[in-house]
Amino acid sequence: MEAYSRELINSLEEKGKLLRRDCIKCIGVGVAGHVGGSCSAADLVAALYFYKMKYDPKNPEWEGRDYFLLSKGHVGILQYSALAEAGFFPTEDLLHCKEPGFYLQGHPHLGTPGVEVGTGSLGQGLSLGLGIALGLQMDHKPNRVYVLVGDGEQNEGQIWEAAMAAGAKKPDNLCAIIDNNGLQAQGPIRDRLDSAPIADKWKAFGWNVIEIDGHNMEEILKALDAAEATKGKPTAIVAHTIKGKGISFAEGVTGFHNAPLSKEQYEQALSELS
Amino acid sequence: MAERNQRMAYGQTLLELCRENPDIVVLDADLGGSTMGKMIELEMPERHIEMGIAEANMASVAGGLARVGKIPFTNSFAVFAAGRAYDQIRQSISIGKLNVKICGSSAGCSDFGDGATHQSIDDIAYMRVIPNMTVIVPADANETVAATKYMAANKGVMYLRLNRNEYDNVTLENAVFSTDPTVLREGSDITVFACGIMVGKALKAAENLKGSISVRVVNVSTIKPLNREKICELARDTKGVVTAEEHSIIGGLGGAVAEALRRECKPVEFVGVNDEFGSSAHNYEDILKLLGLTVEHIEEAIRSLMQ
Repeated sequence: MEAYSRELINSLEEKGKLLRRDCIKCIGVGVAGHVGGSCSAADLVAALYFYKMKYDPKNPEWEGRDYFLLSKGHVGILQYSALAEAGFFPTEDLLHCKEPGFYLQGHPHLGTPGVEVGTGSLGQGLSLGLGIALGLQMDHKPNRVYVLVGDGEQNEGQIWEAAMAAGAKKPDNLCAIIDNNGLQAQGPIRDRLDSAPIADKWKAFGWNVIEIDGHNMEEILKALDAAEATKGKPTAIVAHTIKGKGISFAEGVTGFHNAPLSKEQYEQALSELS
Repeated sequence: MAERNQRMAYGQTLLELCRENPDIVVLDADLGGSTMGKMIELEMPERHIEMGIAEANMASVAGGLARVGKIPFTNSFAVFAAGRAYDQIRQSISIGKLNVKICGSSAGCSDFGDGATHQSIDDIAYMRVIPNMTVIVPADANETVAATKYMAANKGVMYLRLNRNEYDNVTLENAVFSTDPTVLREGSDITVFACGIMVGKALKAAENLKGSISVRVVNVSTIKPLNREKICELARDTKGVVTAEEHSIIGGLGGAVAEALRRECKPVEFVGVNDEFGSSAHNYEDILKLLGLTVEHIEEAIRSLMQ
């Protein structure tokens, strides 16, 4: 018997596409936005917000909620899309992202409903998540903490400070998800500052490591459930993904790390993601 | 007899606060024996987190703890607690106004033996420039007790700058902490605004000049937010202003006072570190002398404004 129903898988795959479409609308035409890294992580984020995490969009500070931290803060539009689709704020607000003084900034800002911490200076989100996880454990609370980390972000030394500290303190309510899309801003990670072998590094730091295809919804759900079932150590899900996934002209193309879309590209992206 | 060492006063007070308030958590970066975080570690190990030699991670972890209602105090030498973790304090903590308390221990040149790498002559400047940040430099151990209690009782990101060494108290024991500049000695010719160990030295300078120059001495232990009205009021009726701090003359107390007095047309002279790094010394007095941070330097600055 399948662990997850076909309906569930289908609906979550559709959510992944919906989030990508929202991201494209959020960026619009002619203004730079982080298309590539949003699309690589969209299925992971869809699974978290529409399958795994507990939250109350009408009460973002609800004590029983699980925590999501976007350590790779440059794909703020992806989290905003998930929060809007989950009901934290109107989806129309996505169209006003980055307008002067508006609450949806280029990077997540504490104060936006559903955003737990501000991120954007790479390498810090995992440490913040570790602090939340340790604080919850001190109070014997069951809430879980999910941190989405970029593979390029692993160039930052603080990621490994946090990995070492979590390996030592063993908060099993903490789950890092590494969006391993293989591209950083200036090109392929293996050619710039190679962070491989990723899984081996996390294992060496004392984490439970699960490697998956980050676009296979069933594998994503299995990994998230296995992480929750793992006791005595934190879990790192290394998700192999494709930067720009779902948009033919952006898939695996470094140039779409942070790029404006032409009118034609905008229309084509929305059409391919429909 | 009252405690004369700021680190000891901090550790004892923090331990008392931990006993009273279950939300307080203390973090150290392998220097708890010096910051006095070890006092909490020994009595309440469940409330102390050893973060290892990783100050950047410690600062962000503290941000996460604050996000779930804890009141984290992070401890290390000032050059590491504030300097090494500057970006984390800015990005992880201050933008989000998280309730984190950062204790910069062995600040200024008070770690005389370890030399320039361990002497924070710039921390007031780079902490003060961060929006949402409160910067407190207690004059002595007595005021450290009051400031530590104030930090635990009031929300917001705060930086506490502590001296490593023992010296005499100049403020009262068991006083309630005030964020306003406080007059410790009245005078009518020159106003000296001082912080930290330089408050006591300013009082000595004022005493030495008694009879020739009448000097008002003001303890400015809260450098940010600075009560601008009070600074102007205390400067207005004297001929000039001297600032005295164990910090660079750029961006610290002197800078803050000069900013406050920007419409007052009042001469201001700075006593502080003259845009240079410190060095090792065999004792505290030697390094203070080398860097121009003595009673005599304050007297000279006062006299220069009377000419």
